[in-house]
Amino acid sequence: MSAAGVPLLNRSSQVLGHLVLIFYSLLATLPTLLIIVNSFKDRLTIFSHPFAFPNGGTFTLDGYRTLASSANFPLFFLNSLLVTLGSLFLILLVSSMAAFALSEYRFRLNTLLGLYLSVGIMVPIRLGTVGILNLMVGLHLVNTLWALILVYTAQGIPLAVFVLTSFMRGVPRDLKEAARIDGASEYRIYGLTLPLIRPALGAVTAISMIPIWNDLWFPLILAPGERTKTIVLGASAFLGQFVNDYNAVLAALTLAIVPVVVLYVIFSRQLVSGITGGALK
Amino acid sequence: MAHTSLSSTPSYTRVKRRRPFPWHIAVFLAPAVLIYTVVMIYPILSSLWLSLNNQAGGRAAFVGLANYQKLLGSELYAQPLWNALRNNVVFFLIHMLVQNPVGLLLAVLLSFRLRGSAVYRTLLFTPTVLSVVIIGFAWKLILNPAWGVQRALLTPLGLEHLDQPWLGLPNTALPTLSLISVWQNIGIPMLLFLAALVRIPDELYEAARLDGAGGWTIFRRIQLPLILPTVGIVSVLTFVGNFNAFDLIYSTQGAIAGPNFASDILGTLFYRTFFGYQLQPGDPYMGAAVAGVMLAVILAGLLVYLVAWQRRMTEVQL
Repeated sequence: MSAAGVPLLNRSSQVLGHLVLIFYSLLATLPTLLIIVNSFKDRLTIFSHPFAFPNGGTFTLDGYRTLASSANFPLFFLNSLLVTLGSLFLILLVSSMAAFALSEYRFRLNTLLGLYLSVGIMVPIRLGTVGILNLMVGLHLVNTLWALILVYTAQGIPLAVFVLTSFMRGVPRDLKEAARIDGASEYRIYGLTLPLIRPALGAVTAISMIPIWNDLWFPLILAPGERTKTIVLGASAFLGQFVNDYNAVLAALTLAIVPVVVLYVIFSRQLVSGITGGALK
Repeated sequence: MAHTSLSSTPSYTRVKRRRPFPWHIAVFLAPAVLIYTVVMIYPILSSLWLSLNNQAGGRAAFVGLANYQKLLGSELYAQPLWNALRNNVVFFLIHMLVQNPVGLLLAVLLSFRLRGSAVYRTLLFTPTVLSVVIIGFAWKLILNPAWGVQRALLTPLGLEHLDQPWLGLPNTALPTLSLISVWQNIGIPMLLFLAALVRIPDELYEAARLDGAGGWTIFRRIQLPLILPTVGIVSVLTFVGNFNAFDLIYSTQGAIAGPNFASDILGTLFYRTFFGYQLQPGDPYMGAAVAGVMLAVILAGLLVYLVAWQRRMTEVQL
């Protein structure tokens, strides 16, 4: 990105542009900030001064105390973590293997398999819910985290294979040929390729992670038991129950918001380059 | 021709034929293809098959399109289905008319690389990474007249009459939910448009600048025509996402998609038909039929995109 084309706007257009962007940034972030700030205030101030920051007299952790005493939040959090990490590991492993085969070898079914795997990019897995539930009942996986891990892996494979295949094609041939001449096995060559596509693996991680962490549908259907609830399902059930305890509700919302925002800030570069195909770095 | 070359080099063919089966290719592909087929493709196909069956004397029996007939024609099913479909169209249109144009506007502003663009980009994308459940609940609180946030914002502007329970009124619930969804998801079209915009070569901008073109002319003459393919992709993604939506409405309005089904869309209807609610028992066969209708709608949308949009694109390029 050279600076040749910039700035294209005259001063007044620039000011107008900033005004629009500032306005929309406030619109995008204020609702979330409002929730977080109010979760630290006593009930009276939440209602009388919703926009005030907590001070010495109004600061309280009551909501978080209610939460700690009445819900299995740490367990839900752990469930979400296990499901997300497990699915991401499987998505990255099996998709990178498939992408390696599709990009490296010419064989009869190559194009057809590539197309077959891409169908899932556009057709939502949710439409197979009835079949998935029957399958999981048959495999005795209902109310286990494995049911969720398998579903999210299947959901993540199409896009991951698609993105990784195009990156794998960019890995120089010479490198792999040299390794072959040195007697490396095909599996070893796959292993050598992985570090070379690290940015693509990061992008796939970032894009796949958010829908898995945030999903409500499959936890609700496949793993609604108290021991397998994810944080989103747990929060959703909790919010329904404590609808009038504003302190607790705001605290629950804050706990569900903060980890994702922290992850987002850490991974935002990979996420952006993953969605935009590396156009913005 | 292939024939002659084969017969002229018999030894080569023999060697080729004896080449061992490429097990490594199968090993690399098997896990992904297996998981994808068993957990995604097979369930979708088995759901479709289930939608052609129904309970008859305690066991499932093939009934052809009877479930679909019931879904489209019987009193019990048809009215909710058409209601959900109509609501879903409204939900989609609001996204197309608000989310994508505003997303485009934000992307264009960011593409001019104003100071602090990266910070704006991060802030604007934040709602997109939050859980829909959390978003829904947060907005439910903010729009709840009992809290008074709404009143405190509207009164100084002289707009007290707008202080209403937007999510509780049958006329406003669906548009309000659509706008909440727009608010959350606007980051995706914004990023996709921005990615297309920054790929436009600088020379085009430079030429425009030499001609003395302003921001608007640059947008209309250079940016818009060059990002048309992205407009198509964004529309398809919006379509598929909207006709598959569920979480926001379920978490703010419950499975009944209140008030009085005013915000019912295909996703919530699917959930209720499959699992049942209150007095209506769940029915996997009819649930599968609703999923079949959703699949048909999504495939129809994809087809329109492939045929109409792609053809127009090639004409534009010619």
